[in-house]
Amino acid sequence: MTDLPRNQHIVASGLVAAVGAWVTYISYTQEPAAAFLFPRMISTVFVVLALWTFGKALLGKSQVGNGLSAQAMKNILPGLIVALIYIFWAAKGLGFYTASTITFFILLSLYDPAPHSEGRTWIKRIIITAGFLAVMYGLFAALLNVYTPREIFF
Amino acid sequence: MGDVFTPFNFMLLLIGTIGGLILGATPGLSPTMAVALLIPFTFRLEAAQGLILLGAAYTSTVAGGAVSAILLKIPGAPANIATTLDGHTMAQKGQGAKALQLSFLASAVGGVFGVLLLIFLTPVLAKWALAFGPSHLFWLAILGVTVIGSLDSSSLVKGLLSGCIGLWLATIGFDDIMGAQRFIFHPAVGGGINVIPALIGLFAIPQVITMFAKGRSSSGAEVIVVQKSPIKAAIQEVFSRKRALAIGTAVGSVIGLIPGVGGQIAGLVAYDQSKKFSPESEKFGTGHSEGVIAAEAANNAMVGPSLVPLLTLSIPGSPTAAVLLGGLLIHGIFPGSDLFDNHPDVAWTFINSMLIGQILMCIFGLYVAGLAASVARVPHSVMAAVVLGLAVFGSYSVQNSMGDVYVMASLGVGMYFLERFGFSAAPLVLGLILGPIAEANFIQGSMIANATSSVGSYFFTGPLNLTLIIIVVASIAYSAWMEVRNRRYTSKEEIMQ
Repeated sequence: MTDLPRNQHIVASGLVAAVGAWVTYISYTQEPAAAFLFPRMISTVFVVLALWTFGKALLGKSQVGNGLSAQAMKNILPGLIVALIYIFWAAKGLGFYTASTITFFILLSLYDPAPHSEGRTWIKRIIITAGFLAVMYGLFAALLNVYTPREIFF
Repeated sequence: MGDVFTPFNFMLLLIGTIGGLILGATPGLSPTMAVALLIPFTFRLEAAQGLILLGAAYTSTVAGGAVSAILLKIPGAPANIATTLDGHTMAQKGQGAKALQLSFLASAVGGVFGVLLLIFLTPVLAKWALAFGPSHLFWLAILGVTVIGSLDSSSLVKGLLSGCIGLWLATIGFDDIMGAQRFIFHPAVGGGINVIPALIGLFAIPQVITMFAKGRSSSGAEVIVVQKSPIKAAIQEVFSRKRALAIGTAVGSVIGLIPGVGGQIAGLVAYDQSKKFSPESEKFGTGHSEGVIAAEAANNAMVGPSLVPLLTLSIPGSPTAAVLLGGLLIHGIFPGSDLFDNHPDVAWTFINSMLIGQILMCIFGLYVAGLAASVARVPHSVMAAVVLGLAVFGSYSVQNSMGDVYVMASLGVGMYFLERFGFSAAPLVLGLILGPIAEANFIQGSMIANATSSVGSYFFTGPLNLTLIIIVVASIAYSAWMEVRNRRYTSKEEIMQ
């Protein structure tokens, strides 16, 4: 195993072990004890398995899962940042439909293999985005009557 | 049966079938994810109507996956991997239409047999389930998590660990009996983790990020144009290949009954067994019709039986069945005796719709295949953005709560990274769904035990408890043995090289 996946395995299993340890600590220290009886059982198994996995990762014996290559991380990062801004801020801040339209257009432009220099490509993207907005509005606002946060426009 | 044919229910069945065929043909949209994304659309429907839609989508997404497997060499779902082996070669030889016809016909035969098995086995098992007390239900819930954790994952420890994470997530929120706060680390999880946004996040968001990981590359998939082919010849071919059809149907039905073993395995095992028993085994892989028939009969024969443990014992037979369990629970319906005693109309309308759905899937599959193949070419840039939008709107619409959207996104992003390191979504989902059932029965059982005997003897004695414990241990031991055997086999191969 090369250093990159090995280090990634250590970080991932370390984080899971840390969550397991926190869950176990809370389960055994919080009151009333009766409410934490079932969590105690689960957390004990959870922390044992998590430490086992962490130990294997430290010894370089984690054989399942290839981790993430540098190229994959580079590809994921822009889209993930846009998606997280959309979910944790824009959807409420700008309104669902406005934020979804902007996000859709940005993601489409970021990952569309068509060249950015051609005007026709941009027109195609705008048409696809408008189609997406129309379908989402039709489905959720008109058909299902879901009331979503509306800040700008609609 | 009559309820299925009311105009509205039949329309839902048609929408689910045609929509499922198109969604199934789209690479990256697995049946589990398609059903999870459809759940929010069932909120305003009655329970039976919602289940008709979800059941039809489940059936036809599995069959629709064959379209992209045959015409693009990209399986629409893991269940269609084996179909690619001979189906795409047939298409390359100019027999694409015939391969599609064979796959839909074989899917229908396998699917109908699987649903008949569901019809005959379910009432018997549901009656048997009446004998189950709290200790047995507790062990059943644990069995559901451990079986999927040990059989569905590539690593036993990580599979079980995923199950534990799911069980822990299920305890977040207020405790039902004492009203105590448990693990509420953020206001978004104050009311606990709602199953539907969690399901959407766990299955849809990792797929969105996987599409991001491809960057700006085009799919590069070339759709093979199909020429018209007489359906009569395909019907004759399917029924002349009785061996492949029987092996596919039998293997799919048996594998469907085993909780945790999915359609991917059913298709591959059926293909392998059909090859072993065929006098023309050398033709497999070169565009042989038996390969397509066996694989497709198996992956659809699995659908009905995978619902038997779900509808009778609350143990989903596949990850998609786990999502269907979520669809049942939002309507306040619990599988098992409650379903058949208190909601028999819902149960039988759903089961009958699955039977009709298999036939509709076959009829429409043959006509929709061309359209589905075009949809399969939708670039991943569009698909990722559409799925993200549907996931956000779908999870918000559950309770009109932004908290659900945050939970969906957090679980989804976390799951993507966990999957890269060998963790699996299926046992985590099972833990999340079965956790409350396990805890409620554990508490109830403990109270009974304290009043009558000891907790140890209540949970660890009695033939049914012991049988369930033995199955839990056996599934873990079998998985551990397989892992050790595979490791030895791999090291031997490495030494030989």
